[in-house]
Amino acid sequence: MLDKKSKAALVDPLFDDNPIGKQVLGICSALAVTTMLSTSVVMCLAVAGVLVASNVIISAIRNLIPSSIRIIVQLTIISSLVIVCDQVLKAYAYEVSKQLSVFVGLIITNCILMGRAEAFAMQNGPVPSFFDALGNAGGYSVVLVAVAFVRELFGSGSLMGVKVLPLVTEGGWYTPNGLLVLSPAAFFLIGGLIWALRVFKPKQVEKELVVHIPAESHGGAA
Amino acid sequence: MRVPPRDSTAYIVGFAAVVCLVCAIPIASAAVLLRPKQQQNQRIDRLSKVLGVAELMRAGERLSATDVESRFERSVVARAVELKTGAFTDAVDARTFDQRKAAGDLSTSHPVPPNEARVFRVPNHAVVYEVMKDGKVDALVLPIQGYGLWSTMYGFLALEADATTISGITFYEHGETPGLGGEIENPAWQAKWKGRKAFGDGGEVKVKVIKGAAGPPDDDPFRVDGLSGATITSRGVSHTLDFWLGPDGFGPFLDQYRAARREGGR
Amino acid sequence: MTSHALSLLVKSIFVENMALAFFLGMCSFLAVSKRISTAIGLGVAVTFVMALTVPVNNLLLRGLLREGALAWIHPSLETVDLSFLVFLSFIGTIAALVQIVEMAIERFAPALYGALGVFLPLIAVNCAILGGSLFMDQRDYDFGESVIFGVGSGLGWLLAIVALAAVREKLRYSNPPEALRGLGLTFMVTGLLAICFMAFAGVSL
Repeated sequence: MLDKKSKAALVDPLFDDNPIGKQVLGICSALAVTTMLSTSVVMCLAVAGVLVASNVIISAIRNLIPSSIRIIVQLTIISSLVIVCDQVLKAYAYEVSKQLSVFVGLIITNCILMGRAEAFAMQNGPVPSFFDALGNAGGYSVVLVAVAFVRELFGSGSLMGVKVLPLVTEGGWYTPNGLLVLSPAAFFLIGGLIWALRVFKPKQVEKELVVHIPAESHGGAA
Repeated sequence: MRVPPRDSTAYIVGFAAVVCLVCAIPIASAAVLLRPKQQQNQRIDRLSKVLGVAELMRAGERLSATDVESRFERSVVARAVELKTGAFTDAVDARTFDQRKAAGDLSTSHPVPPNEARVFRVPNHAVVYEVMKDGKVDALVLPIQGYGLWSTMYGFLALEADATTISGITFYEHGETPGLGGEIENPAWQAKWKGRKAFGDGGEVKVKVIKGAAGPPDDDPFRVDGLSGATITSRGVSHTLDFWLGPDGFGPFLDQYRAARREGGR
Repeated sequence: MTSHALSLLVKSIFVENMALAFFLGMCSFLAVSKRISTAIGLGVAVTFVMALTVPVNNLLLRGLLREGALAWIHPSLETVDLSFLVFLSFIGTIAALVQIVEMAIERFAPALYGALGVFLPLIAVNCAILGGSLFMDQRDYDFGESVIFGVGSGLGWLLAIVALAAVREKLRYSNPPEALRGLGLTFMVTGLLAICFMAFAGVSL
């Protein structure tokens, strides 16, 4: 059904080439919203929506963009999409948009967006770009949702705001792990996740002292 | 028309202009089309907070926007108060008044003496909500704000008709540590305020969040359970009430209100 | 007022550290923290740009974008609210300022350009910079506060990345499990650093 390239673009970022685990992209704005599953899911949807739209649009006009103003054109398109996304959230998901606060705006500087625009959309047609965006959004969502799942379940005893483990403060038996709702927990969880991923995919293990600065490549072009 | 080459200045400028124009269309239309809905959301959000603290809406109860609106209209009256004199005023429209914006604007606010709640300026006017029952004021809801551990906490305090007994408190926006200070959001803790007395016999603000547990309201009317592991947040809540019930906050208004009530006027 | 300014400065450097409390600027934070010298270079560049963009965006916000901000042009514009353009204007200002600063440094201080030049382009898309401006908007800082906040957040970020780079230089001599090496371990060290910084919570001056 899909040609080979599109399929690879869709599937690879899930585990083999995960934007967070491998490419070190897009961690910036995302982790602060992982204390609750519902905000993370909305964040993932927002990032996926913006990423797909920006990748397709940029790849569709890639041959028209003058190279000297390439970055600012990409930024403008991405920012416009984020603004629309923010407006829609404020109108239809007010509660969540309040909790996400500035982090919706920070999607603009989410490195995945610029990274994929530069690395993929500028070289490929709209169809593979669409699947590349979908795949990367998927890989990003997998990590985000996994982290949020652990943090909300064990940190607050609930999932999607619904109580799962009755808390001691409300007469139940579960004493929530206070560390998990604080920011350092997200770092530990992601560190652990990367560790686990690399145990099963030893190819991703970094060789010591090898120059490997992936995140620099996306900005270096600016 | 001949299109200039891709790296010529004319093409670059033209391309930039086209991108701007094209991007402007969806942004502007989204902003204009969705604005009414967003403003309604904000208003409903504020109204439901007031309803919640006045116990006209249960915690976790989900109401449609029209239900919130009608329930509010039925039993709550928003009235503007001039903070310095404590008198009701028509100088601002209580329905649309934005207190936080007014507090930030030099022309509509005034500085207050240094205080522990770390409030630097208060607006000249504030909106209080009268909860009506059978044509009489049943409770007063006052907006409060003060500094906790991390940042300013915003909330509402509900007083019974005697303007002394606390009937509820809520915080709807704060940056306290989740699970510790963030427990100010916890309905179980908020429920512990019900029935406590805010003022002592001499009219001084007496209610305090203590360290550890307080007794039942009847025996221990001036003290409220502290939040475990959140001493500074607890202290911040005490300071917040000290300030807003005191002379620079709603003190003058509450004095007038009580005087009027004694005369049986209201 | 001085104490307010000082407490805002301390808060923005330590308590609400951009990198460790809000996860901002993480991409470059993790990628460019292998050596102390490069970390200092990037940190200084971030501080510089942050100290510049937050106040400039503040002026932009108050002079053009907020509801009623356009009243100085003509009273009839009092009801115009352009705040939905905040994201686009902020990122535009940042990108433009970075470009201008880069050109200015290259022209007038070649030595400094040699040290900072490579980092400047990285910064236009650094979340910490945009985050600084967005927090400024959300918390409604005035111009003076925004200057302090910009400088403080930048310094905080500098401090965090230098601390992480110092730890990572030492880590090179450690012997962690194969799969944890590099990124995984860096995340965990960052987590520990974040815990250390939490000790500053509630510090008030």
